[in-house]
Order: sequence, then C-alpha cells, then structure tokens
Amino acid sequence: MKLTGAQALIKSLEQEGVEIIFGLPGGAILPVYDPIRDSSIRHVLVRHEQGAGHMAEGYALATGKPGVAMVTSGPGATNIVTPIANAHMDSTPLVVITGQVASASIGTDAFQECDITGITMGITKHNFLITHADEIPRVVASAFYIATTGRPGPVLIDFPKDIAQSEMEWWYPESIEEYDLLGYKPEIILDQSSIDEAVALISQAERPVLYVGGGTLKSNASQQLIAFAERTKMPVVTTLMARGAFPDSHPQHLGMPGMHGTYSAVTAIQKSDLLISLGARFDDRVTGKISAFAAGAKIIHVDIDPAEFNKVKVATVAVRSDIATALAAFDAAKAMPKNLDPWWEVLTGWREKYPLVYAPTDDPALLRPQEIIEAIAAASKPGTIVSSGVGQHQMWASHFWKFEEPRTWINSGGAGTMGFGVPAAIGAKAAMPDRDVWCIDGDGCFQMTAQEIVTATSEGFPIKVAILNNAYLGMVRQWQEMFYEERFSEVFLDADLPDYVKWAESMGAVGLRARTIEEMHEAIRQANEINDRTVVIDFRTPASEKVFPMVAAGASNDDIMVHPLQEVKN
Amino acid sequence: MAPEPFLGDVERTPVTHHILSVLVENKAGVLARIAGLFARRGFNIYSLAVAPSEGQARFSRVTIVVDAESAPLEQIVGQLNKLINVVEIKDIAPKDALERELLLATVSVDNENRGRVLGLVESAGASIVDVDADSLTLMLAGTPRACDELERSLEGFAEVELHRTGRVALPRLTKSEEN
Repeated sequence: MKLTGAQALIKSLEQEGVEIIFGLPGGAILPVYDPIRDSSIRHVLVRHEQGAGHMAEGYALATGKPGVAMVTSGPGATNIVTPIANAHMDSTPLVVITGQVASASIGTDAFQECDITGITMGITKHNFLITHADEIPRVVASAFYIATTGRPGPVLIDFPKDIAQSEMEWWYPESIEEYDLLGYKPEIILDQSSIDEAVALISQAERPVLYVGGGTLKSNASQQLIAFAERTKMPVVTTLMARGAFPDSHPQHLGMPGMHGTYSAVTAIQKSDLLISLGARFDDRVTGKISAFAAGAKIIHVDIDPAEFNKVKVATVAVRSDIATALAAFDAAKAMPKNLDPWWEVLTGWREKYPLVYAPTDDPALLRPQEIIEAIAAASKPGTIVSSGVGQHQMWASHFWKFEEPRTWINSGGAGTMGFGVPAAIGAKAAMPDRDVWCIDGDGCFQMTAQEIVTATSEGFPIKVAILNNAYLGMVRQWQEMFYEERFSEVFLDADLPDYVKWAESMGAVGLRARTIEEMHEAIRQANEINDRTVVIDFRTPASEKVFPMVAAGASNDDIMVHPLQEVKN
Repeated sequence: MAPEPFLGDVERTPVTHHILSVLVENKAGVLARIAGLFARRGFNIYSLAVAPSEGQARFSRVTIVVDAESAPLEQIVGQLNKLINVVEIKDIAPKDALERELLLATVSVDNENRGRVLGLVESAGASIVDVDADSLTLMLAGTPRACDELERSLEGFAEVELHRTGRVALPRLTKSEEN
C-alpha cells in the first residue's frame, strides 16, 4: 500500500492509539492536515501553540497516556518550546510533531525555518528529524516508546514538508527490535541486594518518612503505597508533583514538604532518621539548604532514573526501580521499621500545633483566597480534577484542596510555568469529559493563556476557572514584601483591567464576579450547575495575603516560618 | 577600567581526569547532543576526539577526557547514558588507560635555529613530515605528556602553528608505571 508521508504519519499515530491531537496548522505542516480530515483521531484547534502543548500535558497528567501536539515550523515550533520544557521537568509523556521546511531548504534560513531539534535537545528526552518517508513508522513508534517507558518525558518529531509529500510503502514495526534503538534499554532488572540493604535500613528506623514524589503517580503505585504505609505505619509526605498519590484524608499523611510545605511534613523530614524517597528528586524547592536537609537521616532513594542517585543528596541505598516494583519487593521482604508510636506522638504534636491556617478577614464579608479554594472543594464532586497556574494560588490550591485520588491534580512543578492552568485544564477535560475540571488560577497566570477559553468553547470542553484576583503578581509581591523591604517593583496588575467577566463572555464562557462570601457561594453554585459552557469567576481577594508556612530561598528547612497566627516556638 | 575578561580556571590537564570512551550511533547531531549535555550540566570537557568506528558507518567512537572535579563521574556517566544515541560507555581511569595523541606543528626555521628544532624532533621521538625553504612541519604521536613537553619546548620559537587532536585511549593490557 502506497501512502504519502503525511498519510503515513497520521496512520502511525492511529497505530499508537492516539485519540486526540492538540494543534494548529501552518505552511510546513500543511500536508499533514489533509489526511487528518479522514482520520479517527480528533484534532483540537488551539489558539496559540503553547496552549496545544499544555493541553497535551493536561491530557497526559489526567490519563497517564502520552499527550500529542502538532504545530508548524518556525514560530509554531518555538511557541511550543515552553510546554516541552515543562513536560521535561515534570517527566510528562508527550509526543510533539513540528512541521519543518523542505529538506533541501534546511540550513538556508528559509521562511519559517528554525532548528527546533537543536533548540529542544536539552529539553526533550529525545528528538528526531525525519529524513526519509520510509522511516516515519519507525520514528513514530520509537517516539511513543521513548516518551512512555523508563522515566517518561517529551519527544519531538521534526517533519520536513517534502517528506510529508513524498511516497512510501506502508509498514509498521511489529516489535521493539524493529525500532532500532540500540542505546535505549529501559527494562530494569531489580537488584535484590539493594532491596535487602533497604529493608535492613528500614528495620533499624525509629523515625522514618516516606517521601513520595511524582514517580509514584507515574508508576500507578498509589494503592500499593497506601497498603505499604498502613502495614508499616510510616508517615507519608507528598511533593507538589505527587499530590493525590496518597489521600489527604489519610491519618498517616503529613502533607506537602518543601518551601511552602506543612510544618509537620517539613519538620518530620528534618528530624527523620530514615528518608525513603519514592520517585522524588530532592528538588531545591523541597530541600531548601541542602547541607541542612534531613541532616541526620539515612536515605533510601528509589528511582527509575539512576542519574538521579547522588545528584543532590548521597543515597545510603539506591534502588533502581519503578515505584510499584520496589514497593512489591519491600513487601515481599517484609520491610518493617521499629515501633513508631513515639515518632507518631511527636508528629501528631506538630500536626496539631501547626495546622494549615489563614487569618479571618477584618470584614467578614471579604474573601480570603484560601477559603475560596475550600469552598470550591467542599462543593465539588469526588474525582473533580484541579489544575492551577504557578504562584500563590498554586500553593493555596495544594494546601486547601483535599486530594483523594491520583491524577486529580494537574500542575506545573519543576518548570513553574505561569499560564499552565487554563490549557492544562482543557486538556484534562478533553481526556475526562465526565469529570468536573476546575482551574484555580491567578490573575497574572490567567492573562498569559486565557485565549484558550475560545478553544474550550469552540471544541466543547467546558471547564470552570476560579481566578483568585488580587491585582498582583502575588508570589513576587510576597517576596518583595518579605525580602525587599516592601519595595514593590513591577507587580501591580489592576483588578479591573482587563474586565475578566466581559473577557470571559467574549470567549463564549459565562463570566461571574464575587467580592463577598455570599457572592462566592452563589458563584460556585452557579458554576457547578453550568456544565455546557466554561465558567470564569473573578474572585476579588486581598493583595496582602501571603503563603505560609514558608522557608526562605536558600535557608534551612529548620528555619520554617509558620503563619503569623501561630507563634514560632521551634 | 574594565576588568580582564574572565577565562575560567584554565588548566593544561585537569588534576582528576577520566577518559570516557563512548560508542554512539553515527546519526546527525549526536555530537551536539553530547556537547550540549556537558555544557548545560556544567561538566567540563578537557579534550574530545571523534571518528567512525566498529561497524562501518553505523557507529562513532567519541573519546572524552572529562574533568572529574567539575562533577562526579557517576553523574556524567549517568546523564550521558540517558542520551538515546549513546550505545555504550567505557570509563577508563587514567592509571589503566593507554592514551595517545597526535601533535602537528609547523615551525619557522632559519640557519640559526634549524639545528635546535631538529634536536627537539629527535629527542621527542617526533618526525618531520613536510618542509620548505623556511619552515618545517613535525609530527608526534605519543602520550599526552610527551605532547605537552614538546609543545612547551616549541614555545620558545617565534612562529609556530601547532595543533593537537585530543587523545584516544584503550584500556591497558598490562599494568605499567609508564603513562
């Protein structure tokens, strides 16, 4: 069967089980947009290529399946660089297809040419430039294999226009051997001696902590983690990337560690004698000052990527494994720490003394951002998916939404990409049309990618957006207030510019505004009743509200600042 | 007055260097992938030699002398291994490595210094590979140290154009004191 390169690309994507592509056409990718019309794959037309990338990420984070985005060459390709970098930092499986100018024009500064494989070398797990139409099936199959196995990540396929227009005899790889990936061997043979050493360390532990990272979600190991934690009685902390991997309602959950972690999670790690890292990477936002991080703890580092071992902290025992396999091995070896009752007495004391709190407003009618999130959570169905942008609202969402299920928290962790929330929510909604999807956003973030609400409207992905509008780039403002003597510099945005309600309406959404507690409950009620249109609520919140607890950048986690309402006595 | 441009902590040979002999798929951009990885992770490359290797056009052998003080060797190897086109990495510790490098130098000579140059060539074990009326080109294939020494010896001459290839290495068959 003879196919054009463009047809072969689409057919290859069908072979990989792709259901949906987020994209935007242009000159170099034009040939591929013709066979899409005849494909079973749904194409979602975005309004900006960055939106396509974040939607693909939202889809991938909600499902665990690879997200697919397709854009044209040059500016189309560079516009999707941010989502690629974001996916790389958070190990999200993506396959991004970029059009490229014709092979003969590469290197001539042709119209809309750019070296996107060069640009994305450092922010993809791998990238390909297709050089012959016969290679299309192999490259596409390899791209999905690389994106989804081992430590997942983004893979980019650069596709020259002439190859899309040339002909090939259709074939498709039938086995991994035919992928021709001589240097990629993601299969892991578990080293039992590392398990034995880890189990021996656990048996000596009096103050262990399970430090759960995003790898636990990637490994679909939540149920195993719950069983393991309950059997061993060990306390659990979940990083920003792992929220939902362990239920917030579980009595053994201490919350999130790190710069804005809960006092009990941060301090439990600091005072632990054994830190068991499950798919976490000792990010600086978790460790604070590294030399002071968990200084008295031995470390069991479980990760699928051996390059993470000893990168930041030296592991006492490194276990190269996915989390599900490692937990099964720990269980098989009957890993069990010492009696943890004394440890739990201390932990419970911290938890009771320093819960997450916020100050009531002087005027009871006025809104606090934290209570908006609590109110939305309280009014939401189980299984509701929450996305966020990056900043104060993101931290509050992580604090005050109670996550009970894996893959219900869609967020930009490592890269900290403002504007992630709206398109990621749309991608999650596309993946999970029966779930409610809320985007908890900031006013600064919303302005970066709000145009994708047009996509949500036109493509029928109704999401609910809560803008916590404090008229500022709030997290930067917080740092300027705390560390730059309140010299506010370039952070004021104006609560009324733009008019978020009118903007929402102009994009086909329902726009609401809430300034008081009463209006808040009414707006949330309305939003939850509207399921055929996107709803945007402009919640007015005070600019002075700050995220606590906080560990200052570069400081030791021992120097955690709790909320001013909670006297510091540590 | 502007400060002198910062040139980094330049050293002839890093104190703790390691040789990574890396077999890569001979695909477009693979060298850029390796160089880019070193640059973005802050690993220092001291020298780099690349040539097609084992199995016709399929593979290349990249010999990288790394500064193991710029980053732990385990990190460098771990990150390199993640490059999809990297097939195999052999880490050769300096004491176990048989290292060789090629040096080519064209030196301006006159009746006065010709004898000194020829003396250097002979004592270094180098050879003359090209000559004309007022210059000669010499070649040394030898240990990096021998190349260092010859390079230093030639520094005293007025006009020298000197190129070195960067070293290649194989594991020693027998342990020896000579390096």
